[in-house]
Parts: sequence; C-alpha cells; structure tokens
Amino acid sequence: MSLTDTLAAPVANAAAAIAEAARAPALIEARNLSIAFGGIRAVDDVSFRVAKGEIFAIVGPNGAGKSTIFNLISRIYEPTDGKLIFEGADITNVAPHTIAGRGIARTFQNIELFEHATVLDNLLIGRHCRARPNVLAEMLFTPGVRREELRHREAVEEVIDFLDLANYRDQRISGLPYGVRKVVELARALCARPKLLLLDEPASGLNTEETEEVAFWIDDIKNDLGITVIMIEHDMSLVSAVSDRVLALNNGRTLALGTPTAVQSDPAVIEAYLGGEAA
Amino acid sequence: MRILFKTSYLDDIRLFQHEGQMLWYGLLGLAVLAAPWLLPVFYLGELTQILVLAVAGVGLMLLIGYTGLVSLGHGAFMAIGAYTNTYLLTKGVPFLVAFPLAGLAALVAGIVIAVPANRMSGIYLAIATLAFSQIVEQVIVRWESVTRGFQGMTVPPPDLLGQPLTQGWQVYYVALAVLVLVVLGAINLVRSPTGRALVAIRDSEISAQSLGVNLLRYKTTIFALSACITGLAGALLAHRMRFISPDAFNYLMSVQLLLMVVVGGLGSIHGAILGAVFVGALPQAIALGREYLPTAIGRTPGLEPGLFGLVMVLIVLFEPLGLYGRWLKVKAFFDYFPLYRRATFKRQRSYLKTERVR
Repeated sequence: MSLTDTLAAPVANAAAAIAEAARAPALIEARNLSIAFGGIRAVDDVSFRVAKGEIFAIVGPNGAGKSTIFNLISRIYEPTDGKLIFEGADITNVAPHTIAGRGIARTFQNIELFEHATVLDNLLIGRHCRARPNVLAEMLFTPGVRREELRHREAVEEVIDFLDLANYRDQRISGLPYGVRKVVELARALCARPKLLLLDEPASGLNTEETEEVAFWIDDIKNDLGITVIMIEHDMSLVSAVSDRVLALNNGRTLALGTPTAVQSDPAVIEAYLGGEAA
Repeated sequence: MRILFKTSYLDDIRLFQHEGQMLWYGLLGLAVLAAPWLLPVFYLGELTQILVLAVAGVGLMLLIGYTGLVSLGHGAFMAIGAYTNTYLLTKGVPFLVAFPLAGLAALVAGIVIAVPANRMSGIYLAIATLAFSQIVEQVIVRWESVTRGFQGMTVPPPDLLGQPLTQGWQVYYVALAVLVLVVLGAINLVRSPTGRALVAIRDSEISAQSLGVNLLRYKTTIFALSACITGLAGALLAHRMRFISPDAFNYLMSVQLLLMVVVGGLGSIHGAILGAVFVGALPQAIALGREYLPTAIGRTPGLEPGLFGLVMVLIVLFEPLGLYGRWLKVKAFFDYFPLYRRATFKRQRSYLKTERVR
C-alpha cells in the first residue's frame, strides 16, 4: 500500500475541505504579495489564506518563488507590494527577529543548523524566542536563570522524545548524517512552540522510508500538536499524502490553488510543473 | 574512560561535570594560590602578566570565539581601561571605584564602536576596529592634559580600603581575583540563553534571526561586554607595568590578543587561558633559550617577534583548533585507547548552505 493511499483518506472529500478552509478564520493571509529583485518579479501578486490547523503545500518548478515566499514571511526580504496578515495583525513591516516570538518557526531548504554546537544546544536555541535573557543575571547565574534553564531543558526534552532524537542529544551537528540534520532542524523549529510551521522541502535528499517518516511526523504535528503547516515540497506523493490544499506557482505567479488532486490535474500545472506530456 | 550517568537536567548545567574535574581544578586553584610562596619575584611578575592577558583573552574570546566577530582593535579598549583607571587613581579616587569605572569607560567605548561596526562583518569589521584603535592611540597622544601624551603616566599602586598594595604578590592576588570572577561570569554566560544566542549568530546569522535572536542587540551587547572585560585587563596591566605610555597599547597589543585566542583554541574559555599562558610564557622561554643558541642566532634582534609569527603560522596550519583542541585530542586518545581514530576530529564535509540573503 502506498504512502498516498495511507494518508490521503482523511481529505477524500475535497470539496468539503475547501469549503471548510474558506469558512475558518485565516491564521495567515497573504494579500497580493509581490517582490521584485531588479527586473525579476520573483513573487508576483500572490494571495492565499491558510486556516488554522491546515496543511498547506506550495509547489512549483525551481525558481518559481516558493522559498522567496517563506523568506517574505520570515521578513528576511522586504516585499515590494502586498500585505502579510498573521492572526489578524499586519506583519509586513515588523522586525525579523520578532517573527519567531509571534509563533512562526521555519526550516531551511539547505539546513541552517549551528554546526559547532550539539543537538541539545541547537534545540535550546530554538527556545530563544520563549526566553527573556538578562546578561547581568546570566553572568551571576542567579536562581531565576537556573530555573529558566531547567524549564527550557524540560521543554526541549519533550521535542526530543517526539522526534526520537535521544540518541543524538549530545552529538555535534558537524558529525551527523544528512537525514538526522533534517530532523534536528524540524525539532529546533518545534522547540519554539510555533503556531505556524514553515517547512522548506522537508523531504529533499531523504530516502523513501525517511520520507514516509516525515509524512507521519507532519501529520502528528498537525493532529497532536495542533500546529498549522505550510510546506514547500517537490515530492508529489508526500504533498498529496499530507496536504489539505496546494498552491502551485510558476515564475512567481499563481497557477492553481486547491486540493492536491485538483491541482495535479490542472492543465496549467501539468504544463509548467510536471512537464507537458506527464500526468 | 568515564561514562557520565545523568539523572537530572541539572547535570548538564553544573560547573564541574564530575569529581575528577573538581579535583584537578582544585589542585590548579591551590597551585595559583600558593604561587607567591613558590615563585621568585620575577617569575611571579610574569605570572601576573599571564593572568592579566588571560582576563583580556576571555573578553576577546567571547567576541571572536563565541560570536565570530573579529576585532583587531582590542588594544584600544585596554588603553581606555588603563588610562581611565590611572587618571582616576591620580585624582585620589579609591581603586575599588576607579577599577569598575575603567571597565565602564571601555564598555561605553565598545558600544560607540559597536553600533556602526556591527553593520559590517568579517574582514571589514576587523579593519574598522583596527582604525578605531589607531584613533584611540592618537587621542591618547594628543590629549596631554589628561594622558600626558608621550611623557606617559606613573601608575599609583592599587589600594584596598585605604591600604596601598605596593608588593608584587598583592597585585598578583588582585589580578587572580579579577580573573576568577571574569572566568566565572563568562562560563555562566555561555551556558545560558545569551551564550547560545552568540553561538547561533556565529554559526548561522540567518537562522539565529529566524529563531528570534535580535542580531544587532546581541552583537552590540557582546561587543560592549568584551570591551569592558578587556578594559579591566588594561587597568590591571597598568598596575603590573607601573608606567603607561601610548605605545604600550598599540596595534601590536591587539595582534597579540588575537594571537592568544587563536593559538589557545577558538570557541572555548579554556582556549583563552591556555593562549594567555602560551603568549605570556613564550618570550621568557625564548629568552631562556637564547643562551643555549649560537651567539649569531641568539643575539639576533627581532628573534621574539619572528618566533611568535612562526609559531602562529605553524599552529594555524597544523592545529586549527588551537592548544585546547590538541588537548581534547590527546584526552580522546587515552579515553578511547586503543580505539582512537584520527578521523574523529576530522572536519566533516559541510552540506550546502543557503545563499546568504544579506
């Protein structure tokens, strides 16, 4: 039985899912989002709403502007036009480091871990947006700082259990294989206790079993932790297995938006993404 | 080999991981406490020098080794600390007030330079800090009403509760006390959220930021803190030298500090101390060794800086992890004997990184 069959069942009723998504209040909403680098419009007038509890996938060929959308949400890039609304608040112009505190955590396409620190330290940095560090108190290591440290370690340990990372807890990132690094990065994002998780190609470079594992985790993240997920993914089996809705992009423009099956059979998507004669 | 059995979250954050460490650090503590009785006056003075360098080394290590910001101008912060301390002492301010104020002056200078400098990184930051140290040197030379320019200043002995500390061993204990406090503060900092944020900035600014680390704020904080600690070291150095002039804190001092942290091993407090011991003891070792060399070589002027440079090059070439890294390797060799593999410490190939967006 394929992965697709296993996990696609809950979203079988596509029309109902879409209708539900439209009714529910949006957790994050992009309104006419655009950004231009010189003459290139990397993202051009893209709008979408992601409801709370939804798994939303963004697909498209290379250079379609998928990661750029993530970088816009992370406030690494300044949009040329358009708005980003998160939980009813306009986050188009807030400082980049405040994004995590608002409840948006992310992973990176090519893994941006802290190479010379241990897995545990990496995850503890994930807790940074939940800490209120005071340099003076920390240098004295006051009882308050100690208490906070223990609290962070407890929270991190829950994530370590959730993602089965106990074996690697005290190892340095620089010595870990690629697949484990991907999981550590996901764990680090979860340590921030986000409401919205941005996954940039969670399955790239993973083998079939690891990809299936990722699918189950994403499902758990949605169902057990109640976290809304937006993911960029090329692996269509993973996309159709876990996502509720899919946004297909090409050259920064929206091609299609709907259920995985609807998007996959959309002629424009087949033309641009799956390459003409496919499907 | 020792296997640590951890049963509480506290096990991860305690200062000493096991009794063995406590024993060895206890012995080290006893040795440095007993040093005034064990060492002749001259070598006690050299040891004081090492302690002072170690204070500055810890300050610079927080900046370079933990945050990855390279400064070529830390000699200037030493100068600011030394001159502030000396000036206040000559005006009759007690040492216990003048000394923290010296650190505070360096801290303020650190913030002033950090705000513009933190918009730069890598080599540009190094050049900016170098330029800053040149400016400070010139200011000290010209501001004769305070610094007495090239005439220099005689440093009054530090005083404790009205008692002047004129003896070498008294200054030694002052330096030791400051070093212990600074090291404890640094260790506490690197095991708390701020310390981890610094490491995050060093290893990946972009993901540090996306996890909620305010880059500008942390870089400025650590720059100021590093400057403050280095300023305290400068004030101590003034007491050790008893006479300060502008050329005592020129760019060579900055380079010496940088050399210390690189040779000691970037990214560890141990490295800062080992580097200070190395840099502080090497001139003496060279001086002792000269007598055994043929006259033509032994009497060559410039032998010390030449050897300094050579050692620096050799260490960077053959031991990028520094003295502390070498120590870890030796320890691992015995821990895992006979299973030690050279590959354990081999640099792993790093996987692709995202294009830097800034």
